Amino acid sequence: MSADALAPVAGPQPDSAGHFGRFGGRFVPEALVAALDELDGAWRTAMAEESFRAEFGALLRDYAGTPSLLYEARRFSAKVGARVLLKREDLNHTGAHKVRNVLGQALLTKRMGKTRVIAETGAGQHGVATATAAALFDLECVVYMGQVDTERQALNVARMRMLGATVVPVTNGSRTLKDAMNEAMRDWVANVDETHYLIGTAAGPHPFPAMVRDFVRGIGDEARQQCLDLTGGLPDAVTACVGGGSNALGIFHAFVGDEAVRLYGFEAGGDGVSTGRHAASITGGSAGVLHGTRTFVLQDADGQTLESHSISAGLDYPGVGPEHAWLHDTGRANYLPVTDDEAMAAFELLCRTEGIIPAIESAHALAGTVALAPKLAAELGREPTIVVNLSGRGDKDVHTAGDYFGILDKER
Amino acid sequence: MSRIGVAFDKARADGRALLVGCMPAGFPTVEGSIAAMTAMVEAGVDVIEVEIPYSDPVMDGPVIQRASDIALAGGVRTADTMRIIEAVAATGAPVVTMTYWNPVERYGVDVFARDLASAGGTGLITPDLIPDEADEWLAASDAHGLDRTFLVSPSSTDARLAMTVQHCRGFVYATAVMGVTGARARTSDAAPTLVSRARAVTDLPIGVGLGVGTGAQAGTVAGYADGVIVGSALVRCVLDAPTEADGLAALRTLSAELAEGVRNPTR
Repeated sequence: MSADALAPVAGPQPDSAGHFGRFGGRFVPEALVAALDELDGAWRTAMAEESFRAEFGALLRDYAGTPSLLYEARRFSAKVGARVLLKREDLNHTGAHKVRNVLGQALLTKRMGKTRVIAETGAGQHGVATATAAALFDLECVVYMGQVDTERQALNVARMRMLGATVVPVTNGSRTLKDAMNEAMRDWVANVDETHYLIGTAAGPHPFPAMVRDFVRGIGDEARQQCLDLTGGLPDAVTACVGGGSNALGIFHAFVGDEAVRLYGFEAGGDGVSTGRHAASITGGSAGVLHGTRTFVLQDADGQTLESHSISAGLDYPGVGPEHAWLHDTGRANYLPVTDDEAMAAFELLCRTEGIIPAIESAHALAGTVALAPKLAAELGREPTIVVNLSGRGDKDVHTAGDYFGILDKER
Repeated sequence: MSRIGVAFDKARADGRALLVGCMPAGFPTVEGSIAAMTAMVEAGVDVIEVEIPYSDPVMDGPVIQRASDIALAGGVRTADTMRIIEAVAATGAPVVTMTYWNPVERYGVDVFARDLASAGGTGLITPDLIPDEADEWLAASDAHGLDRTFLVSPSSTDARLAMTVQHCRGFVYATAVMGVTGARARTSDAAPTLVSRARAVTDLPIGVGLGVGTGAQAGTVAGYADGVIVGSALVRCVLDAPTEADGLAALRTLSAELAEGVRNPTR
């Protein structure tokens, strides 16, 4: 199926201006509209071409290593009380689902004749993926990263530099992902002729949310078929973590039309939503405009963006992709917060039962699944089958997790 | 005709461009920003642009970002901005407000328009709201008699340029360069072309902003535009000053230089 990963499907689509219900759209400086229109045109034209889809499919297969496995995690399942199938996006080249999106956008960058890509990154996964694609496609690459994140994700900073990218630590505002995104937008406004802004999640102005979703939706297409092959049926639930939300949309999209399949997005609850120290934009935020789109935002009474908090750099963002806001509005998907502690408990459980170290982002999906399983079992009167998007691997998080568990040697 | 329109007409009759000076509300404090804007008016700035500080100002360069951060750290609220607008409008100078969209949406678009009008504000410049997404603002600005200034850019297509100016009232904001706010060493080559493209599709006055910081640059822009919009260079006077009094003195000096510039258009 990866050979035609962009074939049109009947899943939900925004209107022609990128509105998902009351969300989405374009809240951008006029200077960027021409570039967004150009991108929208290039994307739609490319999608309609069999040759583009074949090129993308071949890259996904031969370079990124997809389709990723759907692995039945038996020992984890036994602890959880559900049949848990892990969509192993952690095994992709560069270690996360993000490689799918960057390969798609890098192909478009070449098509548009642009020579430079810029990106924002939180955990560094998207920055590494972008630097990887830039090396592969011979594009100049500049990655904006909040200074706080460059410190907690130093390994990924080194990775990006090895791949030839310039990493710019962003020192203004809260010095995290949102400020990196502001800085990337400012760069884009100034250099839009030769530069493509390779946004790392299904957020930002139209066409990014729908386009990124389409580039990563192979996750769900694959998982749906793999689940049918493995179990003879569809899962009872599909779960994923939600920061900006690309991995969740990537796995949800194929299942949106399957009404019996419950969709769960787990947001970063940090210290707990009631403490105010969290990154749960849907469960703890309100509708607003941020980074070019209308969506759920963590904001104060005056519409100033609030700082988000999460042990996971990749979920530490005060907004969310507009399609999630819409799936929440329509009730098709459920969004629940998972605290840092819950995520780290599930992180440890997966390490010890399966020998798989997940990204802390993905550990939120695992923790949500742990909580969901007994409820779903009670409701169904049988053991549920749950597909979990294991969106990334935990190599980058070894330091954070080691600190959290207190297992690092003091002397160094 | 709007109060801004009257001011543009008068400047045009005098053979000069209008000088628009921008300052973030609440920077360095609420009272300090009123003093700064009043000093600008006294020294020859024709129109005051009050920018509502916002946490994520993607169209602003480092100077205005820093000033906005200081204002927000000082606890300025949108309601304070209304009070500042009222105080500055009392000087007699027209006061236009520049704001990113989320603070308006959060305040409530219609309530915001009502309060802005009753504070004496003439209208809004909206750097991240394009007419395509502006239905609510179009209705609220009509209901409360406010001007609408959308931005046009060197990258705007002819079709978008025509569509955008059609939704403007008061004046049009032409962004001189592809980039964010901040004084630059030389003025833009793209700006005259953009202004003449805009003139082909509108009779509204056209203000040019981004990158203007000296009297000479103001004179150059006054040679082809109806309004010269200056932000970062003025903000820097206050930002860099060791004391508030020094800041006000520097502001007066630069304002007077710019006012002289717009009276000596280079043609």
